[in-house]
Amino acid sequence: MAFKQITSPHAHASQNTSKVMQLVVWATVPGLIALTYHFGWGSLINVVLATATAVIAEAAVLQLRGRSIAFYLRDYSAVLTAVLLGLALPPLAPWWVVVVGTLFSIVIAKQLYGGLGYNPFNPAMVGYVILLISFPIQMTTWITPLALLPDGVSHPGIIESLSIVFAGLNPADGVTGATPLDSFKFSDGLLVDQIYAQNPLFSQAGFAGVGWEWVNVGFLIGGLILLGSKIFTWHGPVAMLGAIAVMSILFWDGGSSDSPGSALMHLFSGASMMGAFFIMTDPVSSAASNRGRLIYGALIGVLVYLIRAWGNYPDAVAFAVLLANFAAPFIDNYTLPRTYGHIDRRRATEKEEDQ
Amino acid sequence: MKTWVTPGGVHPPENKHQSLTLPIGTLPLPEKLLIPLSQHIGAAATPCIEVGKKVLKGQVIAHATGPVSVPMHAPTSGTITAIEHRPIAHSSGMLAPCIEITSDGRDKWKKHEGIADYEHASPSTLLKAVADAGIAGMGGAGFPSAVKLNPGRQRPIHTLIVNATECEPYITADDSAIRERAAEIIEGIGILSQILGNPSNILIGIEDNKPEAIAALEPLVLDTGIRVASFPTKYPSGGEKQLIYILTGKEIPSGDLPADIGMVCVNIGTTYAIKRAIVNGEPLISRVTTMTGDACGINRNYDTLIGTPVSHMLAHSEFNEQACSRLVMGGPMMGFSLTSSDVPIVKTTNCILAPSYDEIPDDEPAQACIRCGMCAEACPVSLLPQQLFWYSQADDQERLEAHNLFDCIECGACSYVCPSNIPLVQHYRHSKGEIQKARAEKIRSDHARERFEFHQQRIEQADKDKEAKRAARREAAEQAKAKAKAAPDSAAAGGNPMGGSAADIIAAAQARAAAKQVSPEQQQAKFERSIAGAEMRVQMAEEKLATASDSSTDEQKNILNAAIEGAKQKLEQAKARLAEHVEQQNGEQVD
Repeated sequence: MAFKQITSPHAHASQNTSKVMQLVVWATVPGLIALTYHFGWGSLINVVLATATAVIAEAAVLQLRGRSIAFYLRDYSAVLTAVLLGLALPPLAPWWVVVVGTLFSIVIAKQLYGGLGYNPFNPAMVGYVILLISFPIQMTTWITPLALLPDGVSHPGIIESLSIVFAGLNPADGVTGATPLDSFKFSDGLLVDQIYAQNPLFSQAGFAGVGWEWVNVGFLIGGLILLGSKIFTWHGPVAMLGAIAVMSILFWDGGSSDSPGSALMHLFSGASMMGAFFIMTDPVSSAASNRGRLIYGALIGVLVYLIRAWGNYPDAVAFAVLLANFAAPFIDNYTLPRTYGHIDRRRATEKEEDQ
Repeated sequence: MKTWVTPGGVHPPENKHQSLTLPIGTLPLPEKLLIPLSQHIGAAATPCIEVGKKVLKGQVIAHATGPVSVPMHAPTSGTITAIEHRPIAHSSGMLAPCIEITSDGRDKWKKHEGIADYEHASPSTLLKAVADAGIAGMGGAGFPSAVKLNPGRQRPIHTLIVNATECEPYITADDSAIRERAAEIIEGIGILSQILGNPSNILIGIEDNKPEAIAALEPLVLDTGIRVASFPTKYPSGGEKQLIYILTGKEIPSGDLPADIGMVCVNIGTTYAIKRAIVNGEPLISRVTTMTGDACGINRNYDTLIGTPVSHMLAHSEFNEQACSRLVMGGPMMGFSLTSSDVPIVKTTNCILAPSYDEIPDDEPAQACIRCGMCAEACPVSLLPQQLFWYSQADDQERLEAHNLFDCIECGACSYVCPSNIPLVQHYRHSKGEIQKARAEKIRSDHARERFEFHQQRIEQADKDKEAKRAARREAAEQAKAKAKAAPDSAAAGGNPMGGSAADIIAAAQARAAAKQVSPEQQQAKFERSIAGAEMRVQMAEEKLATASDSSTDEQKNILNAAIEGAKQKLEQAKARLAEHVEQQNGEQVD
C-alpha cells in the first residue's frame, strides 16, 4: 500500500488567514454603525466604494503579475485595507478621493512591494497620507455630528449622499464642520474650561467630543472582540493608548490656553481607538515580538500626541503609524525574546564571531 | 506539588478516548518480522547470524557496534530469511539494512532469567543488563538507555524524572501501559534509581488528562519516595526540556544535556522495559503501540513485537485504505508519514495513526505570512517563528543562528496555529540541514587551508635551510681559499691544499666501508662460537635429565626433554649457518 508523504505536523488548527481578515472586517462594524449614526451615510459609501475599487485593482495587478486571482483575492486582505481606508476618510468625500486613495493603497503600497506580507508600510495609511497631503481641503471637511446639526437641517439621505459623492453636489449649510481635535487645536487664547463651555462639540459631549466619543467607543468594542479572539496580543494597543494617556497627563498643564487637552479627550477623539486596534495592529508592517510591539505601540502613541499637540495636523495616527513602520525592522533587531536555555536575549544582528 | 508553566503551547483536540476503550491487546504472530539494525541514536547494530540459521525468541541477532549502540534480538522463534536493505520507518522513506525472520509459529523463548537478588546488584551489573537487553529510549528519540543512565561520576544525578506526559494527541500507549502495568513500572523506576545512585528527587510527570493512570500510580508510590506530579494538559509538555522546566522550574542550558544539571529524564515505557530486562531477563522485543485513527475500525493499544509490519497491524484493525488520508508513525504533531505500510514497528514506535480525510484533511496551499505572531505565541521555547521563516526563505544563516534556530525542538506548534498554513517546521528542518552542511564545509575548508599553509611553510623552511647550507659551504670554501693564499709555501710542499687527489678520496672511503664490515674469518669464528655454546647447552640439559630421572615426575621430564630437543635444534641451525657461510666464502674465492 502506498501513502502520501506529508511533513509534520499533521494536525492543524482551524484558523486561517482569510478568516482572520474577515473577522477584522466584521469587528469594524460597531465603529461603522457609530460613524453612520452620527455622521450620516458617507462612511458607508466610502467603505463600499473603496472595497469595490480595491478588489478590482488587486485583481488587475494579480493578473499583471501572473498570479492566481481567485486564490489571492480570497485572503480578504484587499477588502480589509479598503474598509479601513473608507472608515478613515471623511464622510461624503468626493468619489475620486476614495478611488485615488484606494488605488494608491493597493497598487503602490501593497502590490508593488510584493503583495500581502511584503509591504513595509501600512497600505491604508499610505493611501490616507497621500490624500491628506494632496487634497487637504477635501480631507479636512468633516460632517457635523447629528446632535449638533442646526434646527431644520438633517444629514443628507442616501440618494442625496450619493449625488454629493458622485455628482459633486454641495451639502446643505451647517452639514459640514470641524472635528473636536480641530476645534481644540485652533481655539488659541481660550482656557480649556472656556473651550468646553463655549464649543458645543464639547459642552454637549458625554466625556470627549460629540459623536466622536461614540465612534471611538465603537472601535474600542470591535478591538476588544479581536483581542478576545486572540487575533493580536494586548501589547501594541495598550502601549499606544498608554503612551497617549501618559503624554497627555504629563503635558496637561491644568487647563491653560496652551494646554493640548486632557487624556480622555485624546483617547476618545479622532482615530485613537481605530488606530490602536485596527491600524497599528496590522502585523505585516509592525514589529514582530511582543516586546517589540510594546516599543512600537508606545512610539506611535508618543508620535500621535506630539503631532496633535505641536504639529500642523489636528490628528496624526496615519503619520505616526508610517513613521513607526520605518522603525519596526530596527526595533525587531533588539527585541528578540529570551529563548529557553539561554541566559540572555540575543541581538538579531549578532554574528557568530561575537558570541 | 508545585509545577511551573512553560510559555506558548497549543491545545489540539486530544482524541485519546478512541484507543482507550479496549485493554492492551496482542496481534496474531506475523509470518515475517523485519528488524532494522538501526532503531536508535548511534551506530547500527552488527548482525551476528547468517541467513538460514534458526533462532529462538530473545536470541541476539545483532551485536551493539561500539558504546553508543544497542543489540537486536529475535522477537520470535524462526529462521533468518534475509539480511538486506529494506524500506524502514523513516521520514525520507529510505532503505536501510534489516534482518528478516520468518516465524516458525512456535514463538519459543530461549532460556532466560533475570538477575537474582537484583536489589543488591551493583549499578554496573544492572547497566550491563540494560545494554544487553537492547533498550533504547522508547519515547521517540531512541537514545541507548545504558548510555543515558551512566552520566559518569563528574555528573552526579539528584533528580530522576519519569516522563509519562504523552502530550501528543491520539497516543495512549503510555497511558494504557500505566493502567495495566503500574506495579512493574514502579519496580522499574526503583531499578533506575538504584542504577543512578538513588537520586534524592524522583518524579513521575503526567498530564492531568490521564486520571486513571494517576490513580493507578498513586497508591503504589506511597513510602517509595517517588512523587507523581500531574499538571495541566498542554502540547508540548512532554518534550524533555519542557517537562524538566514544568517539574523543577529549571532550564537545561542551550546545547547541554539534562545530566549536566544533575537530572535524567526517562520515558515511562522504558522503565517497564528495564524492569522486564532486569527482573525477568527479557530483552526488548516488544512494546505497546497505539493503533488509532478513523480509517481503522478498531482503535486500541497492542503489545506489538518489534519488527511487526505496519500492514499486519492494519490488517487486524479493520483498516480502510480508501478512507485513509495519510499513514503516520507517531502522533499528529511530530509523527512522520509513511509512504509504505510494509515498514516494521521499531523500538520507538509509540503510535500508528491512520486518520480519515475528515480528521486530517489534505494540506491547504500556503498563503503569505502576515507576521501575525500566532506562532510566536505558540512557541514553547520563545522563538520568533515568523522571523525564522523569513530568514529561512532568504537562507540568511547568520540571522537564523542569532534567532536561535537550533533551539527549535520541531514540536510543530507554530505550524499548527499558522493561519496561512505555512509548513514552518519543514522550513526550519531545511535550514538546519543547510547550516550543518555549511558548518561541515567550513571545517573541511579550514582544514584544507591549514594543511596548505603548513605545506607552504614547510617548503619555505626547506628552501631556507638549503640556502643556509649553501651559504655555509660557500663561506667555508672562501675561508679555505683565503687560508691557501695565506700559506702558499705549505701548499707547494704538500701538493693539493684540500687534502689529496680524487683517487685518494675514493680509496679512503673504500677503506672506511671495509672497516665497517666484518671479515669472513671473524664471521666464521662467530658461528663456531655459537655452535660450541649450543653443544654445551645440549650437554647440560642431558646431564640434568640424567640426574633428575629418578625423583622427578613425568611432567618435569617432558619439560627437560623438550629443552634438550630445543637445544639440539639450535645446534643444528648453527651448524647449517656455518656450512652455508663456508660455502659462500669458497664460492667467492672461486669467482
